Amino acid sequence: MIELRGVSKSFDDEVAVQPLDLSLHSGKTTVLIGPSGCGKSTLLRLMLGLTAPDAGEVLFDGTPFFEHEDVDALRRRLGYVVQRGGLFPHLTASENVSLVGKWQGRSEEDLLERLIELAGVAHLPVELLGKKPDELSGGQRQRVALMRALFLDPEVLLLDEPLGALDPMIRAGLQKDLRKVFRDLGKTVVMVTHDMGEAAFFADEIVLMRDGAVVQAGTFVELTQSPAEPWVTEFIAAQRSPLDA
Amino acid sequence: MMGTLHVPWAIPARRLSARAGFGHCSLVLVAALFVPSSAAASPGVTVGSKKFTESVILGEIVTAHLRAHGREARHRRELGGTRVLWNALLGGHVHVYPEYTGTLRQELLPDAGPALEGLRAAAEELGVGISDPIGFNNTYALGMDGGREIWTISDLADHPNLVFGFSNEFLDRADGWPALRSTYGLPQTPRGLDHDLAYRGLEAGDIDVIDLYSTDAEIAHYQLTVLEDDRGMFPEYQAVLVYRLDVAAVAPELLGAVAGLAGTIDEAAMIRMNSRVKLSKLSEASVAAKFVKGLTGEVVEVEAETRWTRFTRNTRDHLVLVAVSLGAAILVSIPLGIVAARRRRTGAVILGTVGIIQTIPSLALLVFMIPLLGIGGPPAIVALFLYSLLPIVRNTHAGLTDLPPHIRESAAATGLPSGARLRLVELPMASRTILAGIKTAAVINVGTATLGALIGAGGYGAPILTGIRLDEVGLILEGAVPAAGLALVVQGLFELVERRLPRPPR
Repeated sequence: MIELRGVSKSFDDEVAVQPLDLSLHSGKTTVLIGPSGCGKSTLLRLMLGLTAPDAGEVLFDGTPFFEHEDVDALRRRLGYVVQRGGLFPHLTASENVSLVGKWQGRSEEDLLERLIELAGVAHLPVELLGKKPDELSGGQRQRVALMRALFLDPEVLLLDEPLGALDPMIRAGLQKDLRKVFRDLGKTVVMVTHDMGEAAFFADEIVLMRDGAVVQAGTFVELTQSPAEPWVTEFIAAQRSPLDA
Repeated sequence: MMGTLHVPWAIPARRLSARAGFGHCSLVLVAALFVPSSAAASPGVTVGSKKFTESVILGEIVTAHLRAHGREARHRRELGGTRVLWNALLGGHVHVYPEYTGTLRQELLPDAGPALEGLRAAAEELGVGISDPIGFNNTYALGMDGGREIWTISDLADHPNLVFGFSNEFLDRADGWPALRSTYGLPQTPRGLDHDLAYRGLEAGDIDVIDLYSTDAEIAHYQLTVLEDDRGMFPEYQAVLVYRLDVAAVAPELLGAVAGLAGTIDEAAMIRMNSRVKLSKLSEASVAAKFVKGLTGEVVEVEAETRWTRFTRNTRDHLVLVAVSLGAAILVSIPLGIVAARRRRTGAVILGTVGIIQTIPSLALLVFMIPLLGIGGPPAIVALFLYSLLPIVRNTHAGLTDLPPHIRESAAATGLPSGARLRLVELPMASRTILAGIKTAAVINVGTATLGALIGAGGYGAPILTGIRLDEVGLILEGAVPAAGLALVVQGLFELVERRLPRPPR
């Protein structure tokens, strides 16, 4: 599984991630949270090998990511969803979802079967599968992106603010569907968000970050009841909705 | 779109400048001269001529003379200038063409002595023979209305009130007005004006004296007196034929034609022939046939071409030039653009190189090609190919590097290998931008291909060249209108295709 050891990353002169260690728990959902620019998205991109660490190692099954013989094959064992879906605009929903499967040479029948199965999992009406991304709503796009991430039955799902651009109502519906998928499929999940409510809703473990460093990692209860420092309480309080007050 | 029809004809139309042109790019040309020549051993003789009427007539006369004596001959008419012809001669792509001693002396063989013998010796080392003078001297001269008692340039000094109207080039050239004024001590202050306007000014009486070339067709038409250059100030531009010695050896008819024409045409005869073509609108071929019949008694058939067959031939030539060069450019540019997008350093070199190619003046590039590829279609296609690279390479590069990061990262994260990513995601998404580059290249190509006529490649440039030379708007339009139309059609076709492609990502 994925493990980070002493990993750090800077862009130009700006430190994105300070040296840190992190390991994912198999079958559990880890949520990376923190204010904008805290390095949570960079951490996710390091795990996918989309960027290389300046120091330290990103280990996948105990071997540094880029020392694997076939990095692309490694990535096919990971599923990735970004904020606006990252769907390819020239392909229909079903072409987006089955792109890699098709490239692998799987039969049309096989691809279709998997598509329909995943449409059920992601609660996407099958008649939308023939549409291009710009003909879909934001929520529908994220469902398609989830289907694409799940297509090869990956070991780990990495999601970068998957619900960040959605209306509150749609967001709430999708949250429930997503959590059900994670639990039913027993996936190891890493999700980035800036919303503490969402984090509490999904997380087995919350990793709270600030300025590229982990401030505290633990369950939501641990974060509220035994904060590592007063800032943890402040961060949680700042996100509380007026209804809870 | 508007860019397609500019430039080509910014070349001075007057004859001395056509002879003297190209001086500025002589460095490139000198290099071109050293590329080894390959004498073509085809049975027919290829005659060349420059893109002004007198040269075309002389070319037709040589061609007609050869044909009258049973030798197959082909006339590559109105090529783009002295260097084009000289290089083609040295390269064996043209076997004979009319030249002037002044041009040989000043431009082509500057190290040879002033005498014809010196020129001949220097030319022989290059495998080139120079004929005896044809009989007329086409140099700068001064002309004025007939009917005054003024016969020599010296006489002008006694008439300080005469109004001089000279072309700007003549005013500026060291061997023009400045030399004239000091040699003859002339007190007048000349006006600078366009050559064609000068004739009208003379006719209207606003101007008394103009500069002209001693065989101008207009001399006969306006009944001008050409003033005698009694102090021999203007350089000699005796018309001669230059020819390849190796071809003359195997084709005795060529030697026959070269020798047979010596001393046969004087200034008055040349003025008459120029005037028949330029003012009476007869074809060069028919004027030449008449001359050859008078000279040898042989009747030469004149092939008449209808406007329609000429138009279809030009269209075919033009389409071939554009299609072949553009097709090759697409095949080469897209891979280059991909490499440029993927490897930053190599990319900088690639983009820099195609950018520099774009800055080479088209005429220089065309002339540079002649020693390598001869004249006609191939060098024009290579030049057009080179000019088509930049827009396609640059747009391929831009299309690929401008993809939004979230799309590029999503593509990488899918685990598709780089090649499949390129084929399935990146190129399709960049296709509109790439197509826009191809469209730009195609439209520029259609316009630039008109320049191919300068090196005998045909196409819509050919009637434009002839039209400019003969001052016939109809002929100019016969090339310019279809060239513009073709550019519009090409643009329209690409826009149709463009609509079917994915919109650029946001």
